[in-house]
Amino acid sequence: MSRIVGIDLGTTNSLVAYMDHGTPRVIAARHERAMVPSVVALTDNGLIVGDPAKEHLTRNPERTVYSVKRFMGKSLADVQGELAYFPYTLTEKGGVIRIQLGEKSYSPPQISAMILKELKLRAEAFLGESITKAVITVPAYFNDSQRQATKDAGMIAGLEVLRIINEPTAASLAYGLQEKTQGTIAVYDLGGGTFDISILKLKNGIFEVLATNGDTHLGGDDFDQLIADLLLTEIRTQYGLDLSTYPEHMQAVRLEAERAKIRLSDELKTTASLDLPDGKGRFTRELTRDRLDGLCTALVERTLGPCRLAVKDSGLAPGDIDEVVLVGGSTRMPLVRQRVQALFGKQPHCELNPDEVVALGAAVQADILSGGTTDMLLLDVTPLSLGIETMGGVMSSLIRRNTTIPASAKEMFTTYVDGQTGVDIHILQGERELAKDNRSLARFRLKVPPLPAGVPRIEVTFLIDANGILNVTAKDMRTGETQSIEVKPSYGLSDQEVERMIEDSFKFAADDVSARKLIEARLDAGALIATTEKSLADGGHLIARGEVDVIRTALSALATAKDGNDPRAIRARMADIEQAAKGLTVAMLDDSLKQGLQGKKVSDVTQS
Amino acid sequence: MSGHIHNTDDRRELQMARSMCWHCQSEMAGEYFCDRCVKVQPVSKDLDYFTCFGLPRRLALDPQTLETKFYELSRAFHPDFYQNKSDAEQTISLGNSAMLNTAYRTLRDPIQRAEYLLDLEAGSVKDIRTTPPADLFEEILELQDTLDEFRASDRASESASTLRTKLHADRATLEQRQRDMEAQLLQLFSRWDALQDRGEATEQARAERGRILKEMRDILSNRTYVKNIVNDLVATIA
Ligand SMILES: Nc1ncnc2c1ncn2[C@@H]1O[C@H](COP(=O)(O)OP(=O)(O)O)[C@@H](O)[C@H]1O
Ligand SMILES: [Mg+2]
Repeated sequence: MSRIVGIDLGTTNSLVAYMDHGTPRVIAARHERAMVPSVVALTDNGLIVGDPAKEHLTRNPERTVYSVKRFMGKSLADVQGELAYFPYTLTEKGGVIRIQLGEKSYSPPQISAMILKELKLRAEAFLGESITKAVITVPAYFNDSQRQATKDAGMIAGLEVLRIINEPTAASLAYGLQEKTQGTIAVYDLGGGTFDISILKLKNGIFEVLATNGDTHLGGDDFDQLIADLLLTEIRTQYGLDLSTYPEHMQAVRLEAERAKIRLSDELKTTASLDLPDGKGRFTRELTRDRLDGLCTALVERTLGPCRLAVKDSGLAPGDIDEVVLVGGSTRMPLVRQRVQALFGKQPHCELNPDEVVALGAAVQADILSGGTTDMLLLDVTPLSLGIETMGGVMSSLIRRNTTIPASAKEMFTTYVDGQTGVDIHILQGERELAKDNRSLARFRLKVPPLPAGVPRIEVTFLIDANGILNVTAKDMRTGETQSIEVKPSYGLSDQEVERMIEDSFKFAADDVSARKLIEARLDAGALIATTEKSLADGGHLIARGEVDVIRTALSALATAKDGNDPRAIRARMADIEQAAKGLTVAMLDDSLKQGLQGKKVSDVTQS
Repeated sequence: MSGHIHNTDDRRELQMARSMCWHCQSEMAGEYFCDRCVKVQPVSKDLDYFTCFGLPRRLALDPQTLETKFYELSRAFHPDFYQNKSDAEQTISLGNSAMLNTAYRTLRDPIQRAEYLLDLEAGSVKDIRTTPPADLFEEILELQDTLDEFRASDRASESASTLRTKLHADRATLEQRQRDMEAQLLQLFSRWDALQDRGEATEQARAERGRILKEMRDILSNRTYVKNIVNDLVATIA
């Protein structure tokens, strides 16, 4: 079975990890961090992803997409309230948001696919093999549409998504693997855009999720926004400047707000400063941690309700939790740690890197699926109740929230009118009484043979698979025939659309080939630099000074080319080095032979 | 009525004896895996949850034993371990896991366990009560009035606060009722288990059996009724 990688597709940052002989590791590109900012920018040279794209946030705000995860599986109406904060243009088609980038518009799964492709390329360059299978994480509180959108993103990126797993549960796998914990743990995951809490029982390699809760619209981005609003208001009163008409500056405010927030995790006060437009000079303002805490308290408090509910749904009290594990960048905030500690009455664990632990857990799950790890098993739950709309617009629950998945429920349907040939079924997800207050997942029409009212008996099976994704099948109980059901998602791409987007993505494959050539050239260059430097250190004394200098010059020329974007230039400089180092290679070979003749054991010579 | 029960048991045995491996068609002797080709077998729809967990049909049940068995069967069925297998096996694994999870959820909770047993033994669906149980009739009608009055009241007013105090007291009373019923149920559970353990086939035993089942059903449906009222009450005064 080919290798399966684990991917944390985050709101702010994404990572890819793999299992290295029983130990999960994240993959970094050479000289780069493992984290890829989840940012995609349209530049004059095409679409770029990650750190380079992040630089375009302030240069090119209308064409730089960030936090796209907030829009996965959503309609425009769902995000109306925050549209003003995003400098790029959002529209909608068929219940799915589209993001305008230059001439074209892209669905959130397409943008996410670009991030996934970047991770795929990294993994391929690092592992030296083609990667086509992945486990991707999602917030535990993601609904069916959001999960489906994530799966679509994987397909568009050319990845078979073997499993969608919940971020806090993934974290628990990495944590459990490392700490060999037994007992009840709470995983509190506060990232850039989402919040999750999961309560798990760990016993003899089984990771049983007892309950989960969360808020898919709460995270570090919201703290940044509060600070940004504060700065914007003060700039308005002090300078009479309304920055909302300057998209570049709006982004700069947001980024400076985030930097100030991050500094305040380590310091008690800091200064935020910004260049103002129209030659109005520079705005600076001191911010204290107290002030930050004051701004963010209400939001942090909002995470505690879901925590209490999850604990209650587990049939436990906060004091019953043995360990609390913190995940996500925002849990570095002292205020968050204090509140979590106060709630559970326990010092939370922070020894795992909160940025990496989710990707590491995804790699563990990938290893379980490929049969490498056999002693661990994750039993997860569905975060939201699933039901159908019944008479009077009421939701009738079929599978309750926090039910262990896979989970199934059967429901019998019949007709009310003679000769009726169809029954309309509306599937919902949520905890509210009325259908309209819950999330509409899909609608479909059950085909019924024309018979007197009440005679047909169609059994519909609603099955939530191990990904937390719904599958529907129907069976005519009179004939035993099963019928295939065409489910129309309320907020998702149709199969045909996904199909087309996959084709579209192949059109960009040409770009991918050149991107890959560059990555490979950089990798090879890095390896050559390392071996040449080692040869210089070991055998530099064997050749003339001047020759050493020539090699050094060639090395620095290669280093420069490697930072550039032209794979051919890199290859050319590599050839230069090979040429320049010929003498050195020969000298070292001679030397080793000579040593061999001096009666040394062959093994001593070849070992170096 | 008892004839019906024996029927179910016979049917199950027959069903098991006759079943063949879906894959190699050899006769199935193993429990969930074919002895010959080691392929996982779909758990029969007629298999009851107790049998599935290898437990006798008793209402007292050790949660630890249940959990251990659940974990063991999860390791046998979970889709994670069938990723490299054929589509047919993946489908079976999914179906078996879903069934196992339902079985565990049902047996883990004493009330659901009893409702399920009642369903197995007396072949009935849950009674859904729409009118208050006789001994609670007056109390509940009065409570409904108070609730209506409270809903119509101005929450900040003096009278609303009096009503709220009264509702809190009513809630305590009803919750006590619920606990009483649960205690009664526990007694019935042990009477049931003892009767099963004795395994007598006398007329007397049969009558006792019928009585226990009927009482259990009544209390269960009263309890559900009271529980719903309490939930409604809590939601209203929250
Ligand atoms: N030291 C820190 N103090 C406070 N917030 C931080 C710190 N480091 C990172 N963050 C915040 O964490 C969030 C990103 O967390 P991450 O777990 O990577 O998010 P996601 O999973 O949503 O991609 C951002 O909002 C970032 O500002
Ligand atoms: Mg995250």
